[in-house]
Amino acid sequence: MARKDIQLDHEVILSLVGAQSSVLDLGCGNGDLLYLLIKEKKVHGQGIEIDEQAIYKCVAKGLNVFHGDIDTGLAEFSDKSFDYVVLNQSMQQIIHVDKVLIDALRVGKQVIVGFPNFAYYKARLQLFFKGKTPVTGLLPYQWYETPNLHFLSISDFRDYCRSKGINIERRICIGEKRRVAILPNLFAQTGIFLISK
Amino acid sequence: MNKEKKIIKNDNVGIVQAQTFSFDSLKLESGEKLGPVTLVYETYGVLNQEKTNAILIVHALSGDAHAAGAHEGQDDPGCTPPYRIGGYATLGWWDAFIGPGKAFDTDKYFVICSNILGGCKGSTGPSSINPKTNKPYALDFPLIGINDIVNAQKHLIDHLGIDKLLSVVGGSMGGQQVLSWLVNHPNRIHSAVPIATTIRHSPQQIAFNEVGRQAIMADAHWKSGNYYDGPAPSKGLAVARMIGHITYMSDSSMAEKFGRQRKESNEPFKFTADFEVEGYLRYRGDNFVKRFDANSYLYITKAMDNFDASAGRPFCDRLRGVKAKVLVISFKSDWLYPAYQSKEIIKGCKLAGVQTTYCEVDSTYGHDAFLLEVEEETHLISHFLKKIFYDYEVTGVYGA
Repeated sequence: MARKDIQLDHEVILSLVGAQSSVLDLGCGNGDLLYLLIKEKKVHGQGIEIDEQAIYKCVAKGLNVFHGDIDTGLAEFSDKSFDYVVLNQSMQQIIHVDKVLIDALRVGKQVIVGFPNFAYYKARLQLFFKGKTPVTGLLPYQWYETPNLHFLSISDFRDYCRSKGINIERRICIGEKRRVAILPNLFAQTGIFLISK
Repeated sequence: MNKEKKIIKNDNVGIVQAQTFSFDSLKLESGEKLGPVTLVYETYGVLNQEKTNAILIVHALSGDAHAAGAHEGQDDPGCTPPYRIGGYATLGWWDAFIGPGKAFDTDKYFVICSNILGGCKGSTGPSSINPKTNKPYALDFPLIGINDIVNAQKHLIDHLGIDKLLSVVGGSMGGQQVLSWLVNHPNRIHSAVPIATTIRHSPQQIAFNEVGRQAIMADAHWKSGNYYDGPAPSKGLAVARMIGHITYMSDSSMAEKFGRQRKESNEPFKFTADFEVEGYLRYRGDNFVKRFDANSYLYITKAMDNFDASAGRPFCDRLRGVKAKVLVISFKSDWLYPAYQSKEIIKGCKLAGVQTTYCEVDSTYGHDAFLLEVEEETHLISHFLKKIFYDYEVTGVYGA
């Protein structure tokens, strides 16, 4: 497995997760991230995914995965049953985000959230100059076909955590190719937060 | 996906022979003792030297030990397509899944399937001879439970010298047996695959079984179970089977299969089987009585209704400390064993921290799907078994 093949956001999450920990990946898709975490960090991984075809791909990789939706799938886990609960690129598609985040913080000792930054400069330019809903690399959908229910920025999520008394332990912002340290809410395409309560 | 094509694939295990195993006595959960007990079983593939590649397949209500391949020279008229192909001898009930390169790959695994205790295909049941009277047991046969059925299987596994099964797999009532293995003998299995099943029957499931039982007992030939020297209660058993078949299909699979197609008939009787679906049910019912014993139907359905894998406690409590890995499969259109019942199993696994995978297959076949969704189940089962057999966490390629 060549290092360069790994998605940047997966690489960041890999760096946040402790070795041999337990990870619940909500909306694990084809299971690439879980696969990486198990292979590289020897974690005990469990996925939840709504798409049946994605389940078949996870099973082919040897992953443990539950077929179901995130909104109801979390409630059945006992408190702190995982070291990490991961919501990577899935939070913006959940109906009751607030409820799920609270539950994720109950089930996981720490929660890792990764989401596309709606205030990314390319999105701002499209909205400002073209007057159109932004379509970017990480927000590739037209308004009528997007699975995303929520559009938020890195600043939005920071404010949300503050208002809910959620600790932000790490925040790593990334652009198309590398991490972004300066003005992340403007220059970062993705925000990745390590949070706890 | 072409299901017919899949099923008629010729790479089966070939001609197989049933074997028998008898033991002196089985202590039942009720406290009663039953003996001697005989189990008829078939095996496919080769048991490896370490005896680590054995998989036990457990059958559903009307199934038997003949899960794959064909018996020499035998042509069972009670068996219908897709399990009967042309003039060919009858293929086993799960032949599409068991064989070289199939879900249960007989090049790798040693597959065992036995007719259940209480059955009528060679294993000890109500139609067997009671050694005390030299007559069929009939209703002198003790009430048995799913756990008793599994305990009898455990005797067979001991007899075969297998310490730990690679997996126990079954659908419907087979799935109930899988759950019984999982909660009662977790150290004897590496993994469990309960398919389209439930921790315990709902009132609706009990109700359907009860109507079937009442149909049998209402047949004048039933005679409180003592019919073995005369005509069998075939009408009652056929009606029970017809009800069963309705519950195994879905609204849409029936519509697709039969529509409102009328049968051609010249019978003068007013209530002939006008519609295709009526003819189908009658055909299924009539064929079933040729191969199944009415008293077995009563005993087995009662065992299914009485079964509760949770034993009255939260199911997760019964799973605590279980190291076996679990694959649960349900089907979207299955209204007899709806997906919510599989999710109850999952909930217990989640709370107990059992390593589990769950898939709800998008099928229109209803409960019958577990026999018919060959491609999806094969994918899930074959990858799952490979992981257990070779004992790895993940395989494949990142990004694939």
